[in-house]
Amino acid sequence: MNGTTDPGLMKGAMMNKTLKYVGVAGLGAALFASLPAWAQAAAPAPTVNKGDTAWMMTSTLLVLMMIVPGLALFYGGLTRAKNMLSTMTQIGAVACLAMLIWVMYGYTMAFGDGGNDFVSGFGKAFLAGITPDSTAATFTAGVAIPEYVFICFQMTFAAITIALVLGSVVERMKFSAVMVFGAVWLTIVYFPVAHMVWASGGLFFKMGALDFAGGTVVHINAGVSALVAALILGKRIGYPTERMAPHSLTMTGIGTGLLWVGWFGFNAGSALEANGSAALAMINTFVATAAAALAWMLVERANGHKGSALGFCSGIVAGLVAVTPAAGNSGPFGAIILGAVASVVCYYAVSFLKPKLGYDDALDAFGVHGVGGMIGAIGTGIVYAPTLGGPGKPDFNMGHQLIVQIEAVATTIVWAGVGTVIAIYVAKAVTGLRVSPEVEREGLDIGEHGERAYN
Amino acid sequence: MKLVIAIIKPFKLDEVREALTEIGVAGMTVSEVKGFGRQKGQTEIYRGAEYSTNMVPKIKIEIVCASDLADKVVESIQASANTGAIGDGKIFVLDVGQAVRIRTGETDETAL
Repeated sequence: MNGTTDPGLMKGAMMNKTLKYVGVAGLGAALFASLPAWAQAAAPAPTVNKGDTAWMMTSTLLVLMMIVPGLALFYGGLTRAKNMLSTMTQIGAVACLAMLIWVMYGYTMAFGDGGNDFVSGFGKAFLAGITPDSTAATFTAGVAIPEYVFICFQMTFAAITIALVLGSVVERMKFSAVMVFGAVWLTIVYFPVAHMVWASGGLFFKMGALDFAGGTVVHINAGVSALVAALILGKRIGYPTERMAPHSLTMTGIGTGLLWVGWFGFNAGSALEANGSAALAMINTFVATAAAALAWMLVERANGHKGSALGFCSGIVAGLVAVTPAAGNSGPFGAIILGAVASVVCYYAVSFLKPKLGYDDALDAFGVHGVGGMIGAIGTGIVYAPTLGGPGKPDFNMGHQLIVQIEAVATTIVWAGVGTVIAIYVAKAVTGLRVSPEVEREGLDIGEHGERAYN
Repeated sequence: MKLVIAIIKPFKLDEVREALTEIGVAGMTVSEVKGFGRQKGQTEIYRGAEYSTNMVPKIKIEIVCASDLADKVVESIQASANTGAIGDGKIFVLDVGQAVRIRTGETDETAL
């Protein structure tokens, strides 16, 4: 995409990269500056392939399925029975909010024309100028998908990311506070970070950071924000002395399955075409996850415990998180190692680091998504190497790539941390943030929604 | 009349019921209960968070029978609920002052 950069590298870096809008008025010259010659010429309109379009529509819906009911059941099962509906409702509602904000101003902030390293221009606010004939470029010259499909696909990423953050704050945060926090957080954290990683003018994109499907944008971003939010919000009453066992690991298991299946839309869909790159992402999403599931159970055994169902589910999610940035940027055996390593590190993060530091990340959004995301993002700089079976070119410089990966990770951590502090305090000022101790003891299902999950 | 209360392992309920039916026991009340004795509870671990459950699920059977049948009832439960392991449960026998069948108003042993 960029003549001065290894095209393979850029391909991974951009996932949703350079958008090219042929036939759409108001194109920014700055955007075109980074496009290859074929795009600048009075080129023929890119071809919209029906197979690609159908696959991207399918992928978009798979990601939606990850949120409702996938994540809602996964998280819901981990909470106590009195907070089941609250957890599921917060996830669904905040995802809906993200969808509406996305078409109003989120899309243009992330992928609009012009802008700078951190945010795009506002020319596409309220989807101005976009028609059914508008197209978004894929990674293949001359091949495009309808821009509406690209908008929807990216919309689901914004929606699931804010939903993931909630994993640390469930069982005590007001529903109104969740909605205010969600709106502010998406605006000052998600949209800029998505721009930085995936838009052609974005900071990490220009640095050449590899992030196939959103390891930084989605998982590190959500995980770090979850940790900061939980620290400000405080522990649940009774944590960690009272029993807070998951109320239904059956539900969590169902959610885990839906997440895994949906993740093929997330990862393989990030190829933006139905092609070999999507196929590579697909096989990696199988094998990294399988390795991670078993690795978690093995490390449980190594620590003198039984291999557990929750460990199996946790390993699956840790593996999926870790392979996200590496999906199209690794060979299958690199992905297996990456998944297994991430799973082991996440196990220690949730089982030892969290109790030692004493924060109440209720459902381990940081321990799995934050930690697993960092392992994945940094590890992608290793498994990309052609000597390890990755798709990198023979002259791939692992040392340089690792520095770029770590810079992108560190920047995301700082951005997410600072933005979350602002968003949480805005929510606190507007709503009070936390439910009363009475509501917390009685359960948020009754206190916030007037219902019980089980009658 | 005697009230026989037996706390047994849940999976032994069917065997106990069959054994009691054979010796002429015509009815019983069964509850799911929790408790502890010499059998300790289990430890559950969820992502490193350990919870020890010191209450073990048991079945409580209550039988009211004629006094002369009580010894056979106790023997029958003791034999049929026995696995030889800690946690098999206990049997208690109490005197009963009165019994009434609600539908007919019959009293004492005719009400059983």
